[in-house]
Amino acid sequence: MKVSYYPGCSLESTASDYNASIQALTGMLGIELSEVEDWNCCGSTSAHSLSPELSLVLSARNVVRAEAAGRDLIVPCSLCFNRLKTAEKALRQGTVSEYNFSGSIQVRDILEFFSSSEVLDRFVDMINKPLRGLKALCYYGCQGNRPPQIIGRTDCENPMDMDRLVEACGATAVDWPFKTDCCGASHAVARQDVVYELVGRLFDRAVAQGADCFVVSCQMCQANLDMYQEKISQARGQKYQIPVFYFTELMGLALGHPDVSKWLSRHFVDPSPLLNQLELL
Amino acid sequence: METSEPVIKEIDLSFLNEVENESQIKVSACFQCRKCSNGCPMTFAMDYHPYQVVRFVNLGLKERLIDSKTIWLCSSCHTCVTRCPNEIDIPKLMDYLKGKVSTGAGQAAEKNVELFHREFLKSVKAHGRVFEGGLMRGYMIRSGQMWQPRKVMDNALLGLKMFKKGRLKLTPTRIKGLNKVQKMFQRHWQ
Repeated sequence: MKVSYYPGCSLESTASDYNASIQALTGMLGIELSEVEDWNCCGSTSAHSLSPELSLVLSARNVVRAEAAGRDLIVPCSLCFNRLKTAEKALRQGTVSEYNFSGSIQVRDILEFFSSSEVLDRFVDMINKPLRGLKALCYYGCQGNRPPQIIGRTDCENPMDMDRLVEACGATAVDWPFKTDCCGASHAVARQDVVYELVGRLFDRAVAQGADCFVVSCQMCQANLDMYQEKISQARGQKYQIPVFYFTELMGLALGHPDVSKWLSRHFVDPSPLLNQLELL
Repeated sequence: METSEPVIKEIDLSFLNEVENESQIKVSACFQCRKCSNGCPMTFAMDYHPYQVVRFVNLGLKERLIDSKTIWLCSSCHTCVTRCPNEIDIPKLMDYLKGKVSTGAGQAAEKNVELFHREFLKSVKAHGRVFEGGLMRGYMIRSGQMWQPRKVMDNALLGLKMFKKGRLKLTPTRIKGLNKVQKMFQRHWQ
């Protein structure tokens, strides 16, 4: 199976661990990722905030380049996915005059791709280390699901893709009501206080549900929940210690990939005590 | 949250017409059910709730919107438009209003939020991809936080930890098609 891949800027830096786990996992599953040649930044929240037109053309360039390569485009960052999917829709409607797009490929969210039967069936056959005993909260965030008018999903209020994946890994997906709430990603620099409140609510709920860890598919969510966890603990007078895994890391763990410890060593909240306790490392 | 309601003697529809024509968002379809605001995660920090923003457009209260924090604090999580029975694209409306401010209609009520967006776009314009290190440096200098020892120390410690964990890139990546990206900026950004 061959697909195009748009890593996005943060997978080259803050989320290099996510990138490594994706590359390793696709290698094991026999999926060939080919990076969109000379891709550019999608403009993120900043572009659509100050110039929706700029946001559209920045994203459209990547979609058109992926079409030239002739394969569906897989996007790990939920924010990039949302922008690229918006551009795909506009290109299909012919409202981006700078580019021609015949509509032969689709922009796909990496979580949706990995939980589709074509990939999941392969994965399940290869599991050699089920993650028994791990109680995980699947945290989807906003941009991978909404708005349904663009993303085209009917389950955006209660997505289950990640829950199914986590259960397939042998872990328990703990049900909870905040799975698609916002972590405030775009305000992490300018209004940290807002992010601390939004993420603090998620932590409180995680504790109340008795979960061991979060599982995410978006590196902005991962950064907000993992990198700032100590600060948020201080700000709220609590001691949170909740590891935040990428779903690809859990899949790698279930397949016994040798590099899992390397990916996890890049986390701020060390998951190894939890995994050792459950004898999963 | 602002609770006092303005005294309206005569409704000026010109702003509503301007917004609907320019943005193609059907703001007048709102019947004030407040579903948008009940689901909005950011209301705790906003000065007006999303339903009020929509209402103010309908009432022509442009100045209130231009001066509001809400348009900058919306995180574009799209919960509101997902639940709106009239499919009013409120995040797009927030962007449209931000655009009004940033192209000269007033001063952003959340200066640092606007500054962050500008510094982000500068970085994309310079390299074709965002370079987080440079973006943070520019933001710290222009927001005045470079001269606040505690902020500098906080960011330096975070940066050091990120570097040790291999999560900080030290040099930007410049794409080959940078001139194409810069043309997009010339055409679509101020």
